[in-house]
Amino acid sequence: MDDYILHTEKLNKYFTDPVSFHVLKDINLKVKKGEFASVVGKSGCGKSTLLYILSTMDTNYQGSLFIKNKLVTGKTPNELARIRSENIGFVFQFHYLLPEFSVLDNVMMPARKLGRKSYDEIREDALEKLRLLDILNEADKKASRISGGQKQRVSIARALINDPIMIMGDEPTGNLDSKNANNVFNIFKSLSDSVGLSLLIVTHDMDFANKTDRIIEMGDGEIIS
Amino acid sequence: MRLGVILDITRTHLISKLKQTSIAAFGVTFGIGTFIILMSFMSGLNQLLDGLILNRTPHVHIFSDIERNESQPALLLYPEELHTIHSIKPKAAKYGIHNAHPIINELEELDNVRGVAPQVTAKVFYLAGAIELNGIINGISVQEEMRLFNFGDYIIKGNAEALQKTSNGILLGAGLAKKMSVDIGNRVQLRTATGEVISLRIIGIYQSGLAEFDNIQGYANIGTVQRLLGEGPNFYSDINVKLKNMEESVKLAQAIEKVFGVTAIDIYQANAQFETGTSIRNLITYAVSITLLIVAGFGIYNILNMLIYEKMNDIAILKATGFSGSDVKLIFISQSFIIGLVGGLLGLIMGFGISVLIDNAPFETEALPTIKTFPVNFDPLYYVAGMIFAMISTFFAGYLPAKKAEKVDPVDIIRGQ
Repeated sequence: MDDYILHTEKLNKYFTDPVSFHVLKDINLKVKKGEFASVVGKSGCGKSTLLYILSTMDTNYQGSLFIKNKLVTGKTPNELARIRSENIGFVFQFHYLLPEFSVLDNVMMPARKLGRKSYDEIREDALEKLRLLDILNEADKKASRISGGQKQRVSIARALINDPIMIMGDEPTGNLDSKNANNVFNIFKSLSDSVGLSLLIVTHDMDFANKTDRIIEMGDGEIIS
Repeated sequence: MRLGVILDITRTHLISKLKQTSIAAFGVTFGIGTFIILMSFMSGLNQLLDGLILNRTPHVHIFSDIERNESQPALLLYPEELHTIHSIKPKAAKYGIHNAHPIINELEELDNVRGVAPQVTAKVFYLAGAIELNGIINGISVQEEMRLFNFGDYIIKGNAEALQKTSNGILLGAGLAKKMSVDIGNRVQLRTATGEVISLRIIGIYQSGLAEFDNIQGYANIGTVQRLLGEGPNFYSDINVKLKNMEESVKLAQAIEKVFGVTAIDIYQANAQFETGTSIRNLITYAVSITLLIVAGFGIYNILNMLIYEKMNDIAILKATGFSGSDVKLIFISQSFIIGLVGGLLGLIMGFGISVLIDNAPFETEALPTIKTFPVNFDPLYYVAGMIFAMISTFFAGYLPAKKAEKVDPVDIIRGQ
């Protein structure tokens, strides 16, 4: 068996509200270590739905999901929360920082919850990630006081804090101007090259997708290519 | 570590929404504060009113009642026959208690008896110039009355103890003294039903707060009244008994009636209405207080509910980044816990402060000569109960919204935008 970071077997999902609708049809997807993949497709083709299933946040599906070749389908919400925080980092279209906390606190939060390291170690890590993303100067500002591009870099730093094996993004550049979008791409690219991080990014932006290692195109709930 | 980060989030939420959280906390403060004020004040008042009755009411009152003799001679002679006897009248008898001394001695030896105060009561006319006022003179043992029935509290002028030293002194009811326009140091004449006249010097004014007593009553030494009636030193019309434990009065009264053949009335029989009054007042106080706390609880529920709607995004992020549902629930429950704790403690302080103010507010009424300020009962139990109420009501008010936050599906929120 090949060494996949993440793979699925016959993943199916139905929406029942307002009418029964087959969103995902027999998805068999495999992501290797260090792979930088993008998922593209028209609105409503199910690409975000797939991403949230892969992220373990959505558990309402049929089929099997494996992370690091271990079955995660059917685990309890608390176990899933732990698997998620250990293995997967998230970047969303909207920045989703906790607005009342400082930038540094936002980045530290997932690590403090995981509790693998002491407060001081986590602080060091967080400062390191912020330095990596070139926003160390903003560390003590409130998250609601920084610009959109900066927020997205902070959320990338937060996604990295627990040293995950994979980053997932739902249109992480969708809300950014082209300069910032480029910036985010370069960050992802360098993470993939230097640390060997796998990335799975859902995007509408074909420029962005074309620069990635692999493009997964979806249509009508199926993987086309 | 895990708890640390949760408390950090709790603190930041509370501080960033200081206005709402303090309004919620003030709701609790107000509820608890009012609860304590109400309880302290009402129970203070209850104690005062109970005291008014209980302090001066004997637990067992012994006297010899006028009764019709049930065993008529005809009955004794022909026990088997049917009798019809018309117009049976009570026998003429002395109204004093027969053989009072042995009864008193016997009672004083009992363990649960705090004290025995015999009295001699006589109907007299108070003479002041041309007018004659109907009245009653009580011969009492002042020291015992003061010890057992707080008699001293009702002397508004003069000194009760002076009565002990003089055989021709009298403590006159305030209403009576006013009617006769006499005061301390004046003399007043008493005439008995049989025509005996005695002149006594007023050494004090007595005011019980009950006008019907104060308008007719006077107090003198037992010996003085016995002399006035022309009776010997072992003539007593009433014996008042105070027990260590009021509950035993019923049993004792029954025993006394059986053993000594006198009439003995216990305090419950004499004041049946008073217990009912107390328990209804308590019931009303509790009902009002609990209503206040429930209203405060709804306030907290509302504010936390709103807070959770505002924090939907935060909840989704926390869940997406590895926080479990129970972590999120804990965040919101700890918020309501802190609101309850802070609000409750402030409520205790507020309740105490206002109780002290009430306790010092002047309250003077002719009916209650010994009371100068409003009565307040500073029972620590009310403070403990208040705090427990605060914690329970805020816990429930916080639990329901927190349960809702626990169930929030992060995917719905994140995709919904």
